Amino acid sequence: MSDAHSVLAHHFDNLEQQREAGTLGMWIFLVTEVLFFGGLFTAYTIYRMLYPVAFADASLHLDTTLGAINTAVLICSSLTMALAVYGSQVGNRMLLILCLLLTIVLGAAFLGIKFTEYAHKFAEHLVPGSAFSYGKPELRQQAELFFSLYFAMTGLHALHMVIGVGILAVLVFQAWRGHFSPVYYAPVELTGLYWHFVDIVWIFLFPLLYLIGLHLGGASHV
Amino acid sequence: MKDAVAPVLPREHYLNVNYGIRSWLLTIDHKRIALLYLVSVTFFFFLGGAFAVSFRLELLTPQGDLVQAETYNKLFSMHGIIMVWFFLVPVIPNVLGNFLVPMMIGARDLAFPRLNLASWYLFNLGGLFMLYAVLSGGVDTGWTFYTPYSSLFSNTSVVITVLGIFISGFASILTGLNFIVTIHTMRAPGMTWFRLPLFIWSHYATSLILVLATPVLAIVLLLVMAERLFHIGIFDPALGGDPLLFQHLFWFYSHPAVYIMVLPAMGVVSELIATFSRKRIFGYSAVAFASVAIAVFGFLVWGHHMFITGQSVYGSMVFSFLSYAVAVPSAIKVFNWTATLYKGSIAYDTPMLYALGFIGLFTIGGLTGLFLAALGLDVHVTDTYFVIAHFHYIMVGGTVMAYLGGIHYWWPKISGRMYPEGWAKLGALIVFVGFNLTFFPQFILGYLGMPRRYYAYPEEFQILNVMSSAGASILGVGYILPMVYLVWSMRYGPSVVANPWPATGLEWRTTSPPPTENFAQTPVVTWEAYEFMPREETEVVGKLTPADQPT
Repeated sequence: MSDAHSVLAHHFDNLEQQREAGTLGMWIFLVTEVLFFGGLFTAYTIYRMLYPVAFADASLHLDTTLGAINTAVLICSSLTMALAVYGSQVGNRMLLILCLLLTIVLGAAFLGIKFTEYAHKFAEHLVPGSAFSYGKPELRQQAELFFSLYFAMTGLHALHMVIGVGILAVLVFQAWRGHFSPVYYAPVELTGLYWHFVDIVWIFLFPLLYLIGLHLGGASHV
Repeated sequence: MKDAVAPVLPREHYLNVNYGIRSWLLTIDHKRIALLYLVSVTFFFFLGGAFAVSFRLELLTPQGDLVQAETYNKLFSMHGIIMVWFFLVPVIPNVLGNFLVPMMIGARDLAFPRLNLASWYLFNLGGLFMLYAVLSGGVDTGWTFYTPYSSLFSNTSVVITVLGIFISGFASILTGLNFIVTIHTMRAPGMTWFRLPLFIWSHYATSLILVLATPVLAIVLLLVMAERLFHIGIFDPALGGDPLLFQHLFWFYSHPAVYIMVLPAMGVVSELIATFSRKRIFGYSAVAFASVAIAVFGFLVWGHHMFITGQSVYGSMVFSFLSYAVAVPSAIKVFNWTATLYKGSIAYDTPMLYALGFIGLFTIGGLTGLFLAALGLDVHVTDTYFVIAHFHYIMVGGTVMAYLGGIHYWWPKISGRMYPEGWAKLGALIVFVGFNLTFFPQFILGYLGMPRRYYAYPEEFQILNVMSSAGASILGVGYILPMVYLVWSMRYGPSVVANPWPATGLEWRTTSPPPTENFAQTPVVTWEAYEFMPREETEVVGKLTPADQPT
């Protein structure tokens, strides 16, 4: 298994300091991500305040069922991620690898469903641009704005998921090689933090994008 | 203490421990990375300066006769973009901060050395995109990229330029992250928060801003790119968008950004004033808290860049009030530096000249900021040369002078050599004279009504413009001089002892230049910051701080 001295970087005095630094660093990075997504959430807030009817109407064109399934998929992936972290902490290599793989599978499932949704939107001419067309002409401009924000926000989120899946794959490889132990499991823990953050962003995206029109009583237009 | 023989440099130090280009391009030593940044930012400084030379030449005559109007727009835009993002934001944190933060706290390196190197590569990658944009004609949007011109109508390389700035922003974020984690977790035993040098407090506050503000810039730049590439309409009124949304998001970053540019400079000044008064900074805690207060308040005032946009007058009043409030911690610092000088043992070495210059010029810059924060007056002087003079007094009269003072002060530590003091004093004088001749007339020009970003102006403004351009040429000489003699000193300068000034601070308790691991043994701190001994004692006994006393 990994030797305690070989995993200690030269500039740290002990593993405790190294662990503390790594964890603090990841939390600060996540704060920057909050500010990053926050800009888009700000734009969304402003335009929804300006055009509430158009946004609610446009939202009905999103497939709430697929969105809900994706939410469940992501929450489950957070569970498997947490179990993977636990596995690394107690030195259970099989649990760690299994749960990392499950997290990847669930993440890929999320991305697959997302891609399907995007394909549907493309077919329905709801992708902003010259091909955009909307049933109610008086709401067209503002609905296009809604969909611009929809693609920007979910697209940025999906990009973060792709990166996350990539990192998880690297972790699987390293875990297979016996890189982690109860003495050294920081990369798994820190990736877990990242993954949970990406999950939380979706928890905000889903209601704000998918659920805002339902109270109007109109059925989903999908 | 006079040496009969010239001091000998340590046998092995961070500069000669490894040779070859790979040992530099793949280094993880924070000191070498600092020097890599020094090369990059110096290049960008002179590139941005070249653009300034161009438009100051145009402004010698009232007519637009040297370049076309569209070209002139590109000249001031590229000057601003390069100077802000590729010089002022990174210069002190990534050159002096990278070198000194670990040393000042008694650590062997920053918390994440590889991220540090990655930040330098990201910085240069962003710079490459920006250079490509320069070569393909630059942008004409101004450094502020206001929509809808930048997002819809400009026919220049906006996307490439914005992409370059976006990439370089990651260097900022990684640097801030590195500093925060390092300062929290890697202080040497006994180095409590209130024994830290004020340079560290300043860089900590700066890092808070780097980490919180830069991501907002990143997203707004992405949106401009998306608008240009996909016509999403987010800033286009014809499509239901709002151009002012851009300004709010942009200034939410860009106002804190100016504190990124000045807080590190204030940190340098605290070190210089303390050393060259041989006195503890007056009101250490106040200065430390003021740094953090500036960072926090700096996030609350962005609307003062938008007073004339038609935004709510009540909102403007709140922003105006908060802009006055943010001046208070800055003023506290100026008062405390001045109080430190009182009854201090003043030495007029070159770094001190730059520090004193900073105090005067930053005060003028800061006070004129308050002029601009007054709503009624702002209507008159906004978008005139008054604003330009205001921020150049802070950026150039403040930050650049503090940077030069810091480079001279820590040069012996960085290189093991002393620069030639006579030439350095001359350089400082030329910079001071050139600076004031360049920018003081601009206050008058602005107050008289000359708009900014115009290449032609009424006849009666020519004399002031000529003075400004003449001053710029003198200022240029003042900047080239240190380039020459600092490089010269690396080979021919006299070698120095560990602590030539002498000064307090852990960085002075190791050799000049330091070994790669900074300290032969991790220091244990048992004394307060800026504990100077009386000069007679240090010269006779050769001791500096209480810790140096024999046990």
